[in-house]
Amino acid sequence: MSNAVSTAPRAAVRPASSKPTEQRKTALAWLTLPALFFFLVFAVVPLAGVLILSFASWDGIGAIGAAGLDNWFSVLADPGLYNALGLTFLIMIVSWLVQTPISLLLGVFTAGSQRYRAALAVLYFLPLLLSSAAVAIAFKALLDPNFGLATGLGLPFLAQDWLGVPQLALGLVIFVIAWQFVPFHTLIYQGGVRQIPKSLYEAAQIDGAGTIKQFFHITLPQLKYTIITSSTLMVVGSLTYFDLIFVLTGGGPGNSTRILALDMYLRGFRANLMGPASVIAVILVIIGLALALFLQRLGGKDKQGSQLEGL
Amino acid sequence: MVGYSAAPNRGLGTRLRRLNIPGGLGGWLWLAIIILPVYYVVITSLKTQAGYFGQNPLALPTSPTLENYQMVLEADFATYFINSAIVTLGSVIPTVLVSFMASFAIVRGAGRFLKLVNGMFLMGLAIPLQATIIPIYLMIIRLNLYDSLLALMLPSIAFAIPLTVLILSNFIRDVPNELFESMRLDGCSEWQTMWRLALPLTRPAIVTVAIYNGLHVWNGFLLPLVLTQSPSLRVLPLGLWTFQGEFSVNIPAVLASVVLSTLPILVLYVIGRRQLLAGLTAGFSK
Repeated sequence: MSNAVSTAPRAAVRPASSKPTEQRKTALAWLTLPALFFFLVFAVVPLAGVLILSFASWDGIGAIGAAGLDNWFSVLADPGLYNALGLTFLIMIVSWLVQTPISLLLGVFTAGSQRYRAALAVLYFLPLLLSSAAVAIAFKALLDPNFGLATGLGLPFLAQDWLGVPQLALGLVIFVIAWQFVPFHTLIYQGGVRQIPKSLYEAAQIDGAGTIKQFFHITLPQLKYTIITSSTLMVVGSLTYFDLIFVLTGGGPGNSTRILALDMYLRGFRANLMGPASVIAVILVIIGLALALFLQRLGGKDKQGSQLEGL
Repeated sequence: MVGYSAAPNRGLGTRLRRLNIPGGLGGWLWLAIIILPVYYVVITSLKTQAGYFGQNPLALPTSPTLENYQMVLEADFATYFINSAIVTLGSVIPTVLVSFMASFAIVRGAGRFLKLVNGMFLMGLAIPLQATIIPIYLMIIRLNLYDSLLALMLPSIAFAIPLTVLILSNFIRDVPNELFESMRLDGCSEWQTMWRLALPLTRPAIVTVAIYNGLHVWNGFLLPLVLTQSPSLRVLPLGLWTFQGEFSVNIPAVLASVVLSTLPILVLYVIGRRQLLAGLTAGFSK
């Protein structure tokens, strides 16, 4: 009888699923199918659909016919398109100029540790909860020249025909958009500021730098990626503004606030020109993609890069 | 970090540095800008029409009344609320479910297919819903789903998936590999690991995306505008708009509808402010 002590290595404990790792890992692909289904059917297919419809002629009710390049020619030759484009970019740029400094400063403000600031922050974020329809309706009432804020505060300046004069309507739109979205970007900046290591500030303070110097030499550079993120969201978001402007001005007076997305909707669902509306939609997508890419390039290294290098 | 302590400097110098007067002023000014409209809306909603026309707009109502709220509720707002709830739940739950499964597969799996799917979802972040509304309208009609609440859910789910997958997969990626390995050694299949390990650990991110998506769907306007028609199927934002169109002269009532439509979210805000705010920025702060 041989010695029962075995010198062969014991077999490793076999897990119940003994399929080779590779096979097991690729089998997980099944899990993505439901999400893929929804996404492909209701997002990707419509995306292709916009392109296809831009070459079609349809009134939204009857049959769909082919229209070749007619829609493209008519839209590209329509001054309305350029009006919409111009307005969209105008609102985009002015909104950025208005919202970013305010959000940045507020973000720094609310990131501070004083207790009253936290209490203020609770109230600052209220606009985020409201639907665009609610905000628009509220401001329409607020700006009534006779029964709104103008009379309430006794400020005749506020009693103008906000919705009837093109420049005023545009200014109003920018203000209300800022009112609605500054809280969102404030939150983002607040998060960004909270991540800046205090050691940087302490070192600067020891070097004798005052609050303003600290802001420009520490806070701003450290917030670079936050600024890019917030700006990307703001810019790409403002491309597709619809709800607020629809309810607030409906594109008016005249066409003075008829931004791109609104123009698309009105062409398609009011004028029943789905083909040209799809052309606008394609333009929207192209501009959106270009902007997003451009802004990411601006950011430089990939997002995972750490700004804490060197510490 | 070198250990020089800043303690000796904690005196008047530090306190003066903290006393940021322009900052403080700016903060209060912004607060006024935020609160004034809210205040106006609330007090006006409690006024009678006579009070609205007679009193100073910023004065508290002399005889506050709830009749506007009664009127709004009688105008089917309860129905709108229920519709909004159905659409929101019917969008958020499937979104989170399918996105969670997909995220798990993307993080734990391997292979070209999964990489392709991941890339596709990432690119999907750039697709704006507004631009695809016309084909969606066409599809919904062809599917015989026009003027239904289901029509609102399907595109909402689709467009919520990219960001949800992004956030959830980032979160799952942070789960230490050892935990997964130990589940495997215990004999669990990947399916079981997903539900028993990954799901509980991912809960904070799931709450975040649920809130983010929920808020977006709840306040959504374009999809209901285009895809529904019957008054009985209106969701709250749409109901607000039609109500305002119908009763445009009765400002107190209109503003009461605004307040009512916001109340549910306000309640949530009071209960779970931190989660709500975290959900709203959904990881954008990173």
